Amino acid sequence: MSSLTGVLLTALESGLIFSILAIGVVITFKVLAVSDLSVEGTFPLGAFLVGRFLTLGLNPFLSLGISLVGGALAGLATYVFHKKFKIEAILAGILTMTILYSVNLRLTGKSNIPLFNYPSIFVYFQNKLLILLVIVLLVKLLLDWFFNTEQGYLLVITGDNEDLVKSLGKNPDTYLMVGIMLSNALVALSGAIQAQYQGFIDITMGQSMIVTALASIVIGDAIFRESRKLKLSTRAIIGSISYRIIIGLAIELGLNPNDLKAVTAVIVLLFIGYNNIQSKQKEGKILRDLSIE
Amino acid sequence: MLKINNLTKVFYPGTPEQNTIFHNFNLEIEENKCTTILGPNGCGKSTLFNLISGAIQAETGSIQLNGMELTDMPEEERYSYIGKVSQDSSRGVSKSLNIMENMSIALKKGEKFSFRRLLKESNEEPIIEKLKELDLGLENKLSTQVKYLSGGQRQSLSLLMATIKRPDLLLLDEHTAALDPKTSRLIMEKTQDLIRREKITTMMITHNLSHAIEYSDRIVMLNRGEIVLDVMRGEITEIELQREYSSKLEEVEMAS
Repeated sequence: MSSLTGVLLTALESGLIFSILAIGVVITFKVLAVSDLSVEGTFPLGAFLVGRFLTLGLNPFLSLGISLVGGALAGLATYVFHKKFKIEAILAGILTMTILYSVNLRLTGKSNIPLFNYPSIFVYFQNKLLILLVIVLLVKLLLDWFFNTEQGYLLVITGDNEDLVKSLGKNPDTYLMVGIMLSNALVALSGAIQAQYQGFIDITMGQSMIVTALASIVIGDAIFRESRKLKLSTRAIIGSISYRIIIGLAIELGLNPNDLKAVTAVIVLLFIGYNNIQSKQKEGKILRDLSIE
Repeated sequence: MLKINNLTKVFYPGTPEQNTIFHNFNLEIEENKCTTILGPNGCGKSTLFNLISGAIQAETGSIQLNGMELTDMPEEERYSYIGKVSQDSSRGVSKSLNIMENMSIALKKGEKFSFRRLLKESNEEPIIEKLKELDLGLENKLSTQVKYLSGGQRQSLSLLMATIKRPDLLLLDEHTAALDPKTSRLIMEKTQDLIRREKITTMMITHNLSHAIEYSDRIVMLNRGEIVLDVMRGEITEIELQREYSSKLEEVEMAS
């Protein structure tokens, strides 16, 4: 029993940390309908910035702020590659991710370093769950507020119909830029918190982050199929926690952790594939289509 | 008034496919009138609209709207003065948002967008008023996502959104062509009511000659970037127009 409680608690904590990643990915993949893979580089970027600045003695909360800014700048790079150099979004993201691999190594000089000996945001409060809840709630409330503002709506419409944004007198590229930056800032924040939570950083920690995030998103959508009213951020959070619980229980029941990535990918494949075939939509449309609020 | 002076537009310049659509083209569109632009495919109708809205740039010449120079203005800036409805009913709306959200965002057209809430109670009444004028029952579907509306309802909403802030010029680019004949006529009626009521200067592209005769104050027929017919309401019958139109179409077929 105590082992089950432990599994659930860890799932809840990880779920909260990775829900910030999922919310970031929702902004690009669902709201803007852009397949941005820079995420696989910005997640470890957030972690490596934390590694760099914690070892320099910076306050752990301030280092989260630096990760946010770093992620946003990486997002800006992807936007510039995509829009100014006219490279497909997916390749632009891969280029950013590849560059960030070297940047991350440069930041610390090593491919993995322990951070146990440095203070983290968790030393201030004994209850890890509580502080994670506060951070996630803050992110969620800020985003929900933003998407209800006039500017926020323009970002949503940019993903839906760029012509309409133009006809309203605005340049859709501006909102695409803001969206990609915001997304990667959140992803880097998620990586930064994960680094402090697990007490070490590793250059491979960004691997398959996209698939992990998408798995959370499709599970969240599946759970709330009928409820159109539920906000995107809420779905991402609940989806992310559910994903961690499913995986935690599966491993507890004997799933080989080596198979984890393949299982996650199959979850994404089945959910999206099933929806696409059922709705006879064009490829990839369904992710966006489920974004009904 | 819209003034087009010495407009020249060349596609693919310097290649074997070089194609001059307009050469020193001139046109004036009177205020508060509905001017229909007719002509066979490839005559330059859509190019003309794209030049006016700024989607493409001309090589030479100028475009002025009410004395204001549009020629070097970026596309999105021109839309502060221009409204446009195109054939595809999903281009003028955001399909994943509901009617209320679409109308609220249209009310901000050409203005500064802030970090204040978009949906305001004070907007509800004027929006419902506008929807009632349309008389399609849309005022009872405020929270319905636009993708669930019919093509006709969506096109009416596009029309309303393009004109809710009265534009100096309204461009209608075959805006009823994708609808069935009955709905097409209904939308034309709604369009006419609206532009007469709001006194909106309008340019309309259509291939429907009876719509052209019935709803426009002036008909301009283009062929290969030149004006081949320019008549006012009542100066031509539908049968004469039909004859003119067929002869122009034949010329194009011969040439190609």
